[in-house]
Amino acid sequence: MPVDILRFNTCGSVDDGKSTLIGRLLYDSKSLMEDQIEALERSADITGGGQINLANLTDGLRAEREQGITIDVAYRYFATPRRKFIIADTPGHVQYTRNMVTGASTANLSIVLVDARAGVIEQSRRHTAIASLLRIPHLVVAVNKMDLVGWSEQRFREIRAQFEEFLPRLAIQDVKFIPLSALNGDNVVEPSPHTPWYVGPTLLGHLETVHIASDWNLRGFRLPIQWVNRPNAPKDPALHDFRGFSGQIAGGVVRRGQRVLALPAGLPSTVKQIWTYDGAVEEAFCPQSVTVVLEDDIDVSRGSMLVGLEERPGFGTDLRANVCWMHARPLQAGRKYLLKHTSHTVQAVVTEVVSRLDMGSLEVQPAPAQLAMNDIGEIRVRTARPLFHDAYGVNRLTGSFILIEPGTNATVAAGMLQASSETVRPEGAEYQI
Amino acid sequence: MNSYHLDHLQHLETEAIHILREVAGEFERPALLFSGGKDSICLLRLAEKAFRPAELPLPFLNVDTGHHFPELNEFRDRRAAELGARLIVRTVEDALARGIAQAAPGEVSRNRLQIPTLLAAIEEFRFDCCIGGARRDEEKARAKERFFSFRDAFGQWDPKNQRPEIWNLYNARLNSGENMRVFPLSNWTEMDVWEYIRRERLEVPSIYFSHRRRCVRRGGQWLPANDLVPPKPGEEVRELTVRVRTIGDIISTGCVESPATTVDDIIAEIAAARVTERGSRADDKASEAAMEDRKKAGYF
Repeated sequence: MPVDILRFNTCGSVDDGKSTLIGRLLYDSKSLMEDQIEALERSADITGGGQINLANLTDGLRAEREQGITIDVAYRYFATPRRKFIIADTPGHVQYTRNMVTGASTANLSIVLVDARAGVIEQSRRHTAIASLLRIPHLVVAVNKMDLVGWSEQRFREIRAQFEEFLPRLAIQDVKFIPLSALNGDNVVEPSPHTPWYVGPTLLGHLETVHIASDWNLRGFRLPIQWVNRPNAPKDPALHDFRGFSGQIAGGVVRRGQRVLALPAGLPSTVKQIWTYDGAVEEAFCPQSVTVVLEDDIDVSRGSMLVGLEERPGFGTDLRANVCWMHARPLQAGRKYLLKHTSHTVQAVVTEVVSRLDMGSLEVQPAPAQLAMNDIGEIRVRTARPLFHDAYGVNRLTGSFILIEPGTNATVAAGMLQASSETVRPEGAEYQI
Repeated sequence: MNSYHLDHLQHLETEAIHILREVAGEFERPALLFSGGKDSICLLRLAEKAFRPAELPLPFLNVDTGHHFPELNEFRDRRAAELGARLIVRTVEDALARGIAQAAPGEVSRNRLQIPTLLAAIEEFRFDCCIGGARRDEEKARAKERFFSFRDAFGQWDPKNQRPEIWNLYNARLNSGENMRVFPLSNWTEMDVWEYIRRERLEVPSIYFSHRRRCVRRGGQWLPANDLVPPKPGEEVRELTVRVRTIGDIISTGCVESPATTVDDIIAEIAAARVTERGSRADDKASEAAMEDRKKAGYF
C-alpha cells in the first residue's frame, strides 16, 4: 500500500503545551524508543525535579531545556501504518514569528493550540492569520488543557465561537476543532472518556485521514531550470550532443512532444525527451525532478523557466507582494535587496510599503513608515529583470520569493506575489497562439 | 488519488535532488562527504539521479579517523572508482603529525579530532559547500538543523541565529571564508533510508548484515574487540552473531545481536526496534548536549 507524507506544524503561545502535545503524539503512537525515554528520565532528575517532561523530546538545545522554551523550529518524524508525518514544532513567542513562517511554509496542515482557560488571544489570531496567508489548506484548532476547565463543553463552544468570528476574513478552507489534554493524552491518540459530548476524531485520527488531495498545482506547466546538464566526454555516442535542462517541476504536467516556451527568451520549442536516471519517460508532473531535452538549440540556463503554452505565467518588474519581515533591521521604502524566486536571483528595490496587517484586529493599516521584525504587510518591489511568476494563491512555488540583505546575506523576508497584470507572450511572428 | 501521485520515498527523493542541483547551481567548489555508510550511499544514488548523464560535478571527501572499519574503507574506495568520482581522503593521523589537530592527554577517541581535520581539508581545497548525509531524526540537536546550514569562518554553527528556510528557496550566499553544510536527507528517517536502499537495490557494506564477530562488553554495549582498546581484565569477551546499525569508529560502534542477512530482514528488525539507531553510539551518550557541542565546533 502506498504511504504518503503529511507535513504539519504546531503553533501556540508559550506554555500552551505544543511540545507536550508532540511528545504525547510520539509517546502514545509508540514512536518513541527506549533510549529516548531513558534520556527523558535522565533529564527529569536535573531539570524537572523528577517529573518526566515530554517537552524535552523536542527542545533539543541546552538553552531551551534550561529556560523551558523552544528557540527554533524543531523537526520530528513519526509514522503510522497509514501515513508518515513530518512535524515542524514552531515556537509561539512573539519575536519568533519568522520561525513559524519557516515551519509552516511547506505544511499541509497547521495545528493552532489554544489554552482552554485563556481562550483566543492575540497569538492565536496571529498564528491563524499566518497559516491563512501561507495558504495552508487545513487547520486544526486544538483546545488544550480541557482538564483544567472541567471538560466543559460550554467552554469549548465559546472558544470555537471566538474563532468563527474572525475565520471568515481568512483564506482557510478546512477547520477542525478538537478538545484535548496533551498532558494526559485525552483525544490525542486515544478517545477521551471525559468528552462524551465530542463526536469527532482524535487528533491522530484526523491527521491520518485528512484528505490532502494534491496541494500541488497540476495545471500550468512550470520548470524553473536549476542546472544545465552537458556531459563532458560521454562514452555513449548518443550523448555527444546531449544538452538537458534540469529542475524540479513547479507546476503542471509535461509530455514528450509538447510545445513549450523558454523564458526569458520567449522562444518556443518542443520537448524532445524527458530524461530521468531510471530511463526516459513520456510525461512528468509537479513536483518531480527531471531533465528536459528540447528540439531546438535555444538559450536556456540556470534561472530560465520552461512553461506550457496554456496557463502562461505573469511577468513584470513592478510587483506587489505580501511579506513577512524577518529581520531586526526594519524594512523601509527605498531599500535594496537580492530577491530569490525559484532558481533565479535578481536585484530588487522596495519602492513602497503599502500596508501593514495589525495582528490584534486583523485590520489593514495603510502606508506605515516601516515593517518591523515579525510584521506582515504588503509591499511594491521593482526588480532589475522581469520575474516570471504566478500569484501565490495559484502556485506556492512560483508565487513565492525571499529577500536577502546584501553584505550580511541574511534572509530578511518571505514574500508572496500577487497576480500580475501582464501575461507572458511568445516572441516571434511565425508563432501564433 | 490520481495517477499524478508520489509516495513518501518519491517525495523525499525529489526534494533531495532539488537540493543537490541547487548546490551545483549556487556554489563554486562543493564537495560530497562520503563515508561508505548507509546514508551517504543514498546520497550517491541521489547525486546520480540529479546529475546523470553528465559527470558528477563534485568530488567526494572523507575524513579517515584511522579507526574506521576496514570493510567500510574498502567499500568507499571501490564505489568512488565505480562512479568515476574523485575521492579525497584526509586522515586524522596526518593532521596529528602536521600539528593541525592535537590529542588531549590520554584521548583515544578520534571523534573530536575529526573536526580540525575536516576544517583543514575545507581550507586546503577551498570548498565552499560540503554535502552531508545527516538526518534530523538522528539526534535532538540535528532536529534543529537547516537543509542549508551556514558555518562562519571558523566552521561554527550558531543554532540561535540560523537563516530562516522558507518553501524550497535556499539562501546559499556566503562571504569569503564562510562555508555551507548541506543536508539533503534532513527529512529522511532510518526506515526511509533502508526502504530506499531496497527500492534502488543499493549495495551496502557487509558489516550492516549479520556476521560472526568477537565483541567486548563495555558501557552496556557490545563493541567490536579491537587492538586499539584491547579488552581489560574482567571485561567479558564473546564471539557473537551481530550486525551494526550505525557506523562510527570501531572503538565506539555498538554491535547488535541480529540474524538479519538481507535488507528485508533489516527493515523488519527496524520496524520492531525499541531503541534508536544512535542508541548504539557511545560518542553521543557522553552528555545530553554532546552532539550540540560538537556541531557548534564544526562537526559534520
